[in-house]
Amino acid sequence: MAVPTTCDRPVAPTRAPARARRRRLRPTAWIFTGPAAALFALFFAYPLGASLLQSFTTEDAGATHWAGLDQYRRLIDDPAFLESLVNTGIILVVQVPVMIGLALVLAVLLNQSWLRFRGTWRAVYFLPAVTTLVAYAVVFQVLLKTDGGLVNQSLGAVGIGQVDWLNSPAWARVSLIASLTWRWTGYNAVILLAGLQSIGKEQYEAAAIDGSGTVSTYARVILPQLRPVVLFCVITSTIGTLQLFDENYVLTRGGPDDATLTPVVYLYKVGFQQLDFGYAAAIAWVVVALIAAVSALQYVAFGRERRR
Amino acid sequence: MTALQQAPVRIHPARRAGRYLVRLLLAAGAVVSLVPFLWMAIAATHSTSELFHSPPPFLPGGRLLDNLARLQDTIGFGRVLLNSVGIAVVHTALSSLISAMCGYGLAKYRFRGRGLLLGAVLATMMIPFQVLLVPLFQMMASVGWIDSYQAVILPFLANSFGILLMRQGFVDFPDELLESARIDGSGELRTFYRVVLPCVRPQLGALVIFTFMAQWNSFIWPLLMLNSEEKYTVPVALNTLTGLTRVDYSGLMLGSLLATLPLMLLFLLFQRQFVAGLLGGAVKG
Repeated sequence: MAVPTTCDRPVAPTRAPARARRRRLRPTAWIFTGPAAALFALFFAYPLGASLLQSFTTEDAGATHWAGLDQYRRLIDDPAFLESLVNTGIILVVQVPVMIGLALVLAVLLNQSWLRFRGTWRAVYFLPAVTTLVAYAVVFQVLLKTDGGLVNQSLGAVGIGQVDWLNSPAWARVSLIASLTWRWTGYNAVILLAGLQSIGKEQYEAAAIDGSGTVSTYARVILPQLRPVVLFCVITSTIGTLQLFDENYVLTRGGPDDATLTPVVYLYKVGFQQLDFGYAAAIAWVVVALIAAVSALQYVAFGRERRR
Repeated sequence: MTALQQAPVRIHPARRAGRYLVRLLLAAGAVVSLVPFLWMAIAATHSTSELFHSPPPFLPGGRLLDNLARLQDTIGFGRVLLNSVGIAVVHTALSSLISAMCGYGLAKYRFRGRGLLLGAVLATMMIPFQVLLVPLFQMMASVGWIDSYQAVILPFLANSFGILLMRQGFVDFPDELLESARIDGSGELRTFYRVVLPCVRPQLGALVIFTFMAQWNSFIWPLLMLNSEEKYTVPVALNTLTGLTRVDYSGLMLGSLLATLPLMLLFLLFQRQFVAGLLGGAVKG
């Protein structure tokens, strides 16, 4: 920095010109950041504020009234909303650990130094994550169709009777969990694989020289170092689950009997089908609060990680 | 030479068995990963009744053109495809440019409001966009933009992920080079386009691919904004087919296949940039 600044103003290296220069630069900065800033203000900050205000109002015959915390109080006694929280909890407890575990195994398998065509393997596993949402829903609906779907036909071939995959509450949850896992395991595995590859080769070699087998090398030397990356995957998957909309909306519309309903799908239904905007806004802000809580936990966890 | 050739022979039999086990597991996983795609391709060439026949078809059938003609008939697939391409291209071009410029501004300038802007960028990543759906919808309705392309494109042009990705790329760009361009009398914008932007091609490539894919896949917002069938994008048009009493599954599978193929091709062609972009925030942290 020192050399160019002296070139810039070779005569009077005092503080005043520096301030003048900074002032001259400021409009330029806004040429670059202005468009994005304006878009954020108009299409993010404004609607965000509007939705927060909306959550304290109620609409009655076209007129908007102040409702205080009424909308939030409604949530506590709303069985559909509570059901959506339970469903989210089930996915968090069952699907996220299973998926991260599978992704970890997959990443370790793909990390074997002797494995050829690693790029191809990686692409195959990543492909589900780049599928068009509607295509993903359609193909799973066809695969899981009760009468004549490929999955039930395959099960029938080994003597298992028809399963009502998408129309019975319990099985619909299983289907959602399976299809989420199908879509996102490879994605997480690719991130974990990159984490594994950033660990130096010499560590594997050193462990091997000390007589450690492949399995114990991973368990004792490599995976402990991967903790931050695993944590990153857990956090993004958790936030993704709290925001879950796409998969269950297109697959089951949140049904049957709200068995796959999530807060954001419920928000969408309340907002755009029942046109109850104030209530939809209250649901939205509960989701925001949940995500903020998880992010705070993440901050604490990462902080502890750094201190180690 | 001989030592090199002999090397593989020296692998312990147990270890070799282990390697085959790894390959077997990977292959099994790959089958699970790929079966839905294969089934989509096969189903696209059969009629709906053939699809759910027992046993199901395992080879391509002869109904591909029938299905395509029906898809054109029911939802005007050609037009819909054109809409999707047009919206995605315009959105990607504008959004990438805006994000790259903003990332550059944040990386290379100190100005009042910088912290606020950076905070806003991070906040948009934390807040689910569904929170904004109702107010945004009301905004678009109040300016009479419902059922217009600009209503689909404008609200999500500023892309936080893209801004952070590009900022990361620009931070490492040497300040000395910028200063020397300034001394040579190059304006700030010209320096950006001529000197800086060409140096971050990898990040820009990743951003373009990401943005295009996201817009191509975008479903809820176009669904809310577009009312007339001739303006629909591919996902919205396909969605209308799922709600019918007698669902045209083979048509849907063909439509889904055609909607997915461009993305698969893009991903396979630019895999390296794509994965690099994906890891932008992940591994460094």
